[in-house]
Amino acid sequence: MSIIYFLIGCSVLLALIFLGAFFWAQQSGQNDDLYTPSIRILLDDKESEVDEK
Amino acid sequence: MTEGTALIKTTCYHCGDECLTNSFSIDDKQFCCSGCESVYHILADSGLCNYYSYNDHPGANRVRVDKRFDYLSDPTIINALLDYADDRISIVSFYIPHIHCSSCLWLLEQLNRFNPAVHYSRVDFLKKQLVVRFDQNQMSLQQLVEQLYDIGYEPLISLQDVIKEQNKAEKGNIVQRIAVAGFCFGNVMLLSFPEYFGLSSYEQNFKHFFGYLNVVFSLPVVFFSGREYFVSAWNNLRKRVLNIDFPLALGIAVLFLRTVVEIFTHTGAGFADTLCGLVFFLLIGKFVQQKTYHHISFERDYRSFFPVAVNVLVNDIEKPVPLSQLQTGQRIIIRNNEIIPADAILLKGQAMVDFSFVTGESIPVNKTLGEVIYAGGRQTGEAIELEVVKSVSQSYLTQLWNNEAFTRQKDTGAKTFNERVSKYFIIVLLAIAFGSLLFWLPFNVGRGLAAFTAVLIVACPCALALSTPFTMAAALSIFDRNLFYLKNAGVVEHMASVDTIVMDKTGTITNGDANSIEQKGELTRFQRQLVYGACINSMHPLSRMICEYLGPLSKLPVKKYEEIPGKGIVARIEDHQILIGSREFVFNDVNKEFKTTAVHILIDEKYLGYFSIKHHYRDGMQDVAALDSIYQLYLLSGDHDYEKNDLVRFFKSDNQMYFSQSPQDKLDFIQSLQQKGNRVMMIGDGLNDSGALKQSDLGIAVTDNVNNFSPGSDAIMDGKSFKKLPCFLRFSKDTVNIIHCSFAISLTYNLIGLSYAVSGKLSPLIAAILMPLSTVTIISFTTLATHLAARKRKLI
Repeated sequence: MSIIYFLIGCSVLLALIFLGAFFWAQQSGQNDDLYTPSIRILLDDKESEVDEK
Repeated sequence: MTEGTALIKTTCYHCGDECLTNSFSIDDKQFCCSGCESVYHILADSGLCNYYSYNDHPGANRVRVDKRFDYLSDPTIINALLDYADDRISIVSFYIPHIHCSSCLWLLEQLNRFNPAVHYSRVDFLKKQLVVRFDQNQMSLQQLVEQLYDIGYEPLISLQDVIKEQNKAEKGNIVQRIAVAGFCFGNVMLLSFPEYFGLSSYEQNFKHFFGYLNVVFSLPVVFFSGREYFVSAWNNLRKRVLNIDFPLALGIAVLFLRTVVEIFTHTGAGFADTLCGLVFFLLIGKFVQQKTYHHISFERDYRSFFPVAVNVLVNDIEKPVPLSQLQTGQRIIIRNNEIIPADAILLKGQAMVDFSFVTGESIPVNKTLGEVIYAGGRQTGEAIELEVVKSVSQSYLTQLWNNEAFTRQKDTGAKTFNERVSKYFIIVLLAIAFGSLLFWLPFNVGRGLAAFTAVLIVACPCALALSTPFTMAAALSIFDRNLFYLKNAGVVEHMASVDTIVMDKTGTITNGDANSIEQKGELTRFQRQLVYGACINSMHPLSRMICEYLGPLSKLPVKKYEEIPGKGIVARIEDHQILIGSREFVFNDVNKEFKTTAVHILIDEKYLGYFSIKHHYRDGMQDVAALDSIYQLYLLSGDHDYEKNDLVRFFKSDNQMYFSQSPQDKLDFIQSLQQKGNRVMMIGDGLNDSGALKQSDLGIAVTDNVNNFSPGSDAIMDGKSFKKLPCFLRFSKDTVNIIHCSFAISLTYNLIGLSYAVSGKLSPLIAAILMPLSTVTIISFTTLATHLAARKRKLI
């Protein structure tokens, strides 16, 4: 059953990586504006096609 | 296409307003004005007509075309506005009120198509904010703003950028603390389960291993996530105040110490999961209570309303000068639609000053040469020249901000329910804890200590600390849905405790431009001229309304003119005797039963009917006035008492209404009410109410557009919701009742827990069940009860 020590070590390490990723995202301002990207994704980049309408 | 009036109703391709002529058109597209047309032209030239394909009529109306951004070349102003600058790039963020649809977003993020000097532009839709990174060597700030102006997105530039400051305030920090607490809580729960389900004898090694891991996970929870509770409890202790953070901090500390001792001495499993769960839920309670409104600011003062700079005449040359450097004696030029920033004497030009921001009165006031014009008015019409007589901060209006009401921290003295209760709670808690310690001490020291710590753990007022935040969070979102925006959760409790309501008149209980005039009886063109000729000489608002109604007519020479204040006008024009005024004045009749204000006309002894003037009060004014059975109602108006007769139906007695009140008078009036022990709610709108709003226990600013300027206050109410005021007041009382009920529930849980604790036999399992159970009960009870109360008051 000593494998438990290893498994717990792995799971905690993995969880810590995710926690670190969350901190990173938070500090780089990823969660500052949660609304605008939902509009931005609906806009086209290629304006030439729409111009003809 | 021929010029002239459009026969079919067409709407402007750019802004959607009705086109009155068809003289503005490009590519078969109709525009209402040359401003809109030119925006289209600019966009078409840059191949950005996509703008019009995402939404119909996305643009802002551009009837006004006057650029005035010269002040943006002043280095001190540039430095104040830029967020960041080095020799290659500059970053600036603008607040652009017109941002409202996806087209706006799309166009503003294409700024570099107009000028490659823009490296990057990003919109934050909810904050209506645009961040631009650009090269200042190739494009000046002024050019950037002019570019934005040209495409119809004029930024609102003000030196007191409160919204920016609010955004800077720490908000991310609590999210990180919750993340850490949640992370540790989850892991500790997982590691504690084996203990609760029972470990066989050969698994005892794991037990210690799990125990040590739990201690390790508790460390960040106590010292990172829970740190603020210790800090706050300590600060309050030094101020000799016992607030709810003290028992919380005590609970956290005892939980942690007992866990560490039990685990290292192998005497038990400790309470690590209860500890982590406690901190996690407490922080969540804190988080939900923070409500941020992205584009509403409660802290605005005159600076966010005044322009950044003003044009000063130096040796006949105009030069933009920042407002802070404006000195008395300087000559300033104010153009159409510009705001007069300091008290000044009119030297040149025709001044028609609109004081609607200051007083709520929308009709522009005519000023004569040599007259002092108070700061805060907006000039309409031609450019005028003025000499500054008082500096900006010493002007009639702005000196209000020097009053101590603005410097003092707002401490209304009214403690929240939590603050009042927690003092007694702590005393009882400590009494029980020491009682059980003393009871067991003679028999068994270990059991005494166990009982002592268990009491502190179980009684840790987690549910109590959560009941207020969750109730308030639910209440705030309900107010929010009804267009009533509160600054913070404490405002709800203040609202429930109010017993006096003071209202401003213009703009608060009346709509901005709401009076209508009705003519009864026929007048010939000549008679109309006579009436016009008499009224044009009077500055009385009713006369001005009549003149406006009759329209510009040619003035007839007046031979004799006399105005009897509060009664009417006697005039002699050509050979006609004209009598205009109240019923009393015209007929010598003292019958006062007429509900509406009426102006009667008598020309050459012949009665020719009357003008009836209806003041439009906001919908539901009747219901608000009915509050006087529960509350003391007062009306505090800056205007003269012209409307007094009309207001009698709302405010029964004479000493409920006060007229001709200066901003300082209003503040003093509130103060005198407070000295009598009343708890005062002030409802106002203009800058002139700012002092009263600040002084009152609860200041509510009423506005017809929340994006517009509103003075600093505790709450901002959309004019449409004014009629719901009685519901809001009742609902705030419901909310406080719900807090009381949830306090009773949390006390019940505490009593159950205490019955285990005093015996010294609190098992970690019971604590681990009791704590989340009470938390969940409180959260669901408060949320459900608040929504039910809102439904009962018809707020959802």
